Amino acid sequence: MSQVAIIVNGKARKADVEPRMLLVHVLREQFNLTGTHLGCDTSQCGACTVLVDGRSAKSCTIFAVQADGSEVTTIEGLATDGQLHPLQKGFWDAHGLQCGYCTPGMIMSAVTLLRDTPDPTEAQIREGIAGNLCRCTGYQHIVDAIQLAAGRR
Amino acid sequence: MYASNFNYLRAGTLAEASALLQKNPGAKVLAGGHSLIPLMKLRLASPTVVIDIGRVPELRGISLSGGALTIGALTTHAELAASAAVQDAAQALSEAAGHVGDPAVRNRGTIGGNVAHADPASDLPAVLTALGATFHITGPGGRRSVQASDFFKGMMNTAVGEHDILTTIEVPARAAGQGSAYAKFEHPASRYAVVGVAACVIVNGGTCVAASIVLCGLTSTPARAKSGEQALVGQALTRETIAAAAGKVGTDLGSDVLGDIFASAEYRAAVAPVYVRRAVEAAASRAR
Repeated sequence: MSQVAIIVNGKARKADVEPRMLLVHVLREQFNLTGTHLGCDTSQCGACTVLVDGRSAKSCTIFAVQADGSEVTTIEGLATDGQLHPLQKGFWDAHGLQCGYCTPGMIMSAVTLLRDTPDPTEAQIREGIAGNLCRCTGYQHIVDAIQLAAGRR
Repeated sequence: MYASNFNYLRAGTLAEASALLQKNPGAKVLAGGHSLIPLMKLRLASPTVVIDIGRVPELRGISLSGGALTIGALTTHAELAASAAVQDAAQALSEAAGHVGDPAVRNRGTIGGNVAHADPASDLPAVLTALGATFHITGPGGRRSVQASDFFKGMMNTAVGEHDILTTIEVPARAAGQGSAYAKFEHPASRYAVVGVAACVIVNGGTCVAASIVLCGLTSTPARAKSGEQALVGQALTRETIAAAAGKVGTDLGSDVLGDIFASAEYRAAVAPVYVRRAVEAAASRAR
């Protein structure tokens, strides 16, 4: 077992983990942050996307021991003082989700996109979420949601 | 799926990483983890010891001096794609790095891990071969340098030995009149290359004086399209001469083309000339 210390959504957390334990499992099973979803488990679908040290990363492809000493932000860490993050509000208002399984990952990828490209074109949005698969929406409302959020910031 | 259990060791310096590697036979080196972790989860690799070099400071960074771009093995694809120095000195590398996987993969995956893994469908091995890169390796016998043509030995097999660490990759900076590009037909989910083509040309007085064309996704190691290259040298690079050179790629690939459930060997071979043409046209348009 190894001990890891990770700052999760601004709070210092510790966990004893086997080195093979993935970051997504520590977040969900040890820290009870089940907003981060495990989808394909093969780094393709993006449902497990979180921010590691401020940038989007697929938490199914990171051993928790690698994140020791890092700052991790999950979907639970976006809202402040009970106010939804602009992207969460955008997904709500533009109907950016149906079943919701991909939504946390979509939003975390969009956070990184809007940090790098505050006023993205439609093509840039589609590239920004290229690593996130949605089986419900056909993506159009997700693109609209991110555009809406970008305009409101 | 869970990987097999392993001991995790984190190296703080290159010397420490090398020492740990000598002491632990069969250990695997972990950088960004975007090639090794998927293999471990599929149990295609089950090392008993994993040595994490992800925080070794001397393996980071990009510098341009003496006519060469020196890239630390831990440089991520996102860092490569965002670098103005890479964009100017190695256009095809900049372009390819920006199309590896997806943005989240590019934030973690590293150039060193990518080439040491040497997936036949990976973009960067073809690009680095086309640009004439040199790979610097530290091992039990000290440091050594390997040319791209000798680096990729077979499917997922490189000149990096069991006790070696790939430290830096050196790419000659763009010469006068040189342009390079990377074009790929990607798998829609993994974004690995079904067919990827890196092209680099040097144009002098309207005539192509040097050309390299290297394909990935088709064969077990990056494939040089020698007949295509020869067909370009001595020509003005027009739509017609480029199309003629692209048409020769089938001869260069021969019968070694691989197929899989997504795209058969015949399909890949049929698509290849289209992407050769696109890559060479883009490289020619950037030659300055």
